[in-house]
Amino acid sequence: MSLEKITQVAGRAVYVPGNDIDTDRIIPARFMKCVTFDGLGEFLFYDVRKNADGTDKPHPLNEPRFKGATILLSGANFGCGSSREHAPQAIQKYGFRAMVAENFAEIFFGNCTTLGIPCATASREDIAKIAAAIEANPQTEVVVDVAKQEIRFGGQSVKATVRDAARDALVNGRWDAIGELLEGKDAVLRTAGKLPYLAA
Amino acid sequence: MAKSLFQKVWDAHAVRNLANGQTQLLIGTHLIHEVTSPQAFGMLRDLGLKVLMPHRTFATVDHIVPTDRFDEPYSDPLAQAMIQELRKNCDEFGITFFDRHSGKQGIVHIVGPEQGITQPGTTIACGDSHTSTHGAFGAIAFGIGTTQIRDVLATQTMALGRLKVRRINVDGKLRPGVYAKDVILHIIRTLGVNGGTGYAYEYAGSTFDAFTMEERMTVCNMSIEGGARVGYVNPDETTFAYLKGRPYSPKGKAWDEAVERWRSFASDEGCAYDDVVNIRAEDIAPTVTWGINPGQGISILETIPDPASAKAPDEKSSIEEALAYMKLKPGAPIKGTKIDVAFMGSCTNGRLSDFQEVAKYLKGRRVAPGVKAIAVPGSQGVGALCASLGIDQVFRDAGFEWREAGCSMCLAMNPDKLIGDQLCASSSNRNFKGRQGSPTGRTILMSPLMVAAAAVTGQVSDAREVFEVEELVEV
Ligand code: SF4
Repeated sequence: MSLEKITQVAGRAVYVPGNDIDTDRIIPARFMKCVTFDGLGEFLFYDVRKNADGTDKPHPLNEPRFKGATILLSGANFGCGSSREHAPQAIQKYGFRAMVAENFAEIFFGNCTTLGIPCATASREDIAKIAAAIEANPQTEVVVDVAKQEIRFGGQSVKATVRDAARDALVNGRWDAIGELLEGKDAVLRTAGKLPYLAA
Repeated sequence: MAKSLFQKVWDAHAVRNLANGQTQLLIGTHLIHEVTSPQAFGMLRDLGLKVLMPHRTFATVDHIVPTDRFDEPYSDPLAQAMIQELRKNCDEFGITFFDRHSGKQGIVHIVGPEQGITQPGTTIACGDSHTSTHGAFGAIAFGIGTTQIRDVLATQTMALGRLKVRRINVDGKLRPGVYAKDVILHIIRTLGVNGGTGYAYEYAGSTFDAFTMEERMTVCNMSIEGGARVGYVNPDETTFAYLKGRPYSPKGKAWDEAVERWRSFASDEGCAYDDVVNIRAEDIAPTVTWGINPGQGISILETIPDPASAKAPDEKSSIEEALAYMKLKPGAPIKGTKIDVAFMGSCTNGRLSDFQEVAKYLKGRRVAPGVKAIAVPGSQGVGALCASLGIDQVFRDAGFEWREAGCSMCLAMNPDKLIGDQLCASSSNRNFKGRQGSPTGRTILMSPLMVAAAAVTGQVSDAREVFEVEELVEV
């Protein structure tokens, strides 16, 4: 299986401030009742974006000027909570291609990488700088450079980190492990043969 | 060289190194449920792949099942579609399914141990973050995403980076009225909700040695709330005694061999840890949360934090956000906070001993007027045991609704939900905004006995006072 080599993601960005934005906030559990992921995008951040009657609440994603953004910026510990892949799926289906935050919850980070969504970490100050630039001009092009581990925007550049294993997977087109895992079948059966509890 | 359990289990299951530096790790036991698996089967079909070892995947249905009725179709067509999809997938791929009429259905993290599927020295994965529960048996158990479910179905492996290991020693005897739930709430409060990122937690010390398997499961369950994807306790005689005679436990000669092998997985004396934390059992009090993450906890005797006394601007804003959502006053005691709902159940505290302990004190007491109280056994097995011991009746007599097995009010995927800004005293594991089904619903996490105390008084209470716990124990 050949996958896209994701060395960088360029596009407009939107800043959703806050720390500890958990998976229940990203996609409320009641929208997880589905047997496919299609259509999850419209429920992204639903409860913070919509009133009970379906009208909009003030939220960056509701602002017309940020429509079409493909890069999501946020604070610390983004994606904490459940292992549900519905959260990164909703983010991807909504149209985001990369994320930048101070740091990410472990499972969320892994789930994003597997979907080919680079999760770059940057310092709070630098995220504030990017946020200020897009606030001043929502059309600003932001480049999340996975390979060089930097973020460029409006003539500025800040340092970003994409953890080694994830970066390697993304830039070499190995972010979805299935191909390599399938290749290892003989070795898998050998290892399994040494473990009595796996006997059929 | 002395090795930790984590290292030994990892080494026994490591298939090979992958190009990105991760390990292809064999997953011996795979558990699935209706919420996160259907999309994985869809991906499998898209790729034209088969399930490599169907006999190593076990399914149950828990999140979406209504707990007040048994008959199908469910009133929610989506819930019905999900259970049917799981039936279809298990059927097509030859996977054992503990369906609703099997008498074995329940929350996946309760069913696995109960059936003896969860065993020491094994690797376990499930598309659910509370998979860490199974670590109580000395297994390395991971919560995984849907794409990884696909990987495990197709290859019985997944790609993973090795974790660091933090040993958490809790030593001494817990005070009366203090439970395993308080231990883990205390650990999370102490180390923070991100404290465990990148770590497996090894829980040890005399407190854990003395714990039953169910108590160990309660602690391991919430490892993820402390940021640790994996939490485990070394297997010992308590573990083996629990597993003996369970449906999937080895039998006869195979049992003796298994016990010997299981024992060998326990961490060696003097092995190296990446970090060690020591906690004294006597320092742990009945703990309740006041905020919107499980680390925002205090002892029942403390007052609600004041943003004014926060040490950092970050902390200040997170306290403010939590208090605004919870509608609580800074500086006020948490004790006495009025509740609307009491929920007793979930994969954290929905096992026999949880109900048994509460029933001891609940006899002759009544749920306070205006409080909706529900008790939900974590599995049909737990429900049957409670019924055989008359525990369900104690709850009913006290004014609790006694339900069928499922996740129920732990999360908003079935009809059991908070309404508006109702405040729920809950034995579950997450107090995130909207977690219990209403976008403004509020959750206070606590031990089962504290839930019972809140139910009978209509407010957050100290169970030790309400039920005169100290005296009872001293007699
Ligand atoms: S009881 Fe709650 S935490 Fe446990 S599996 Fe069900 S929904 Fe998840």
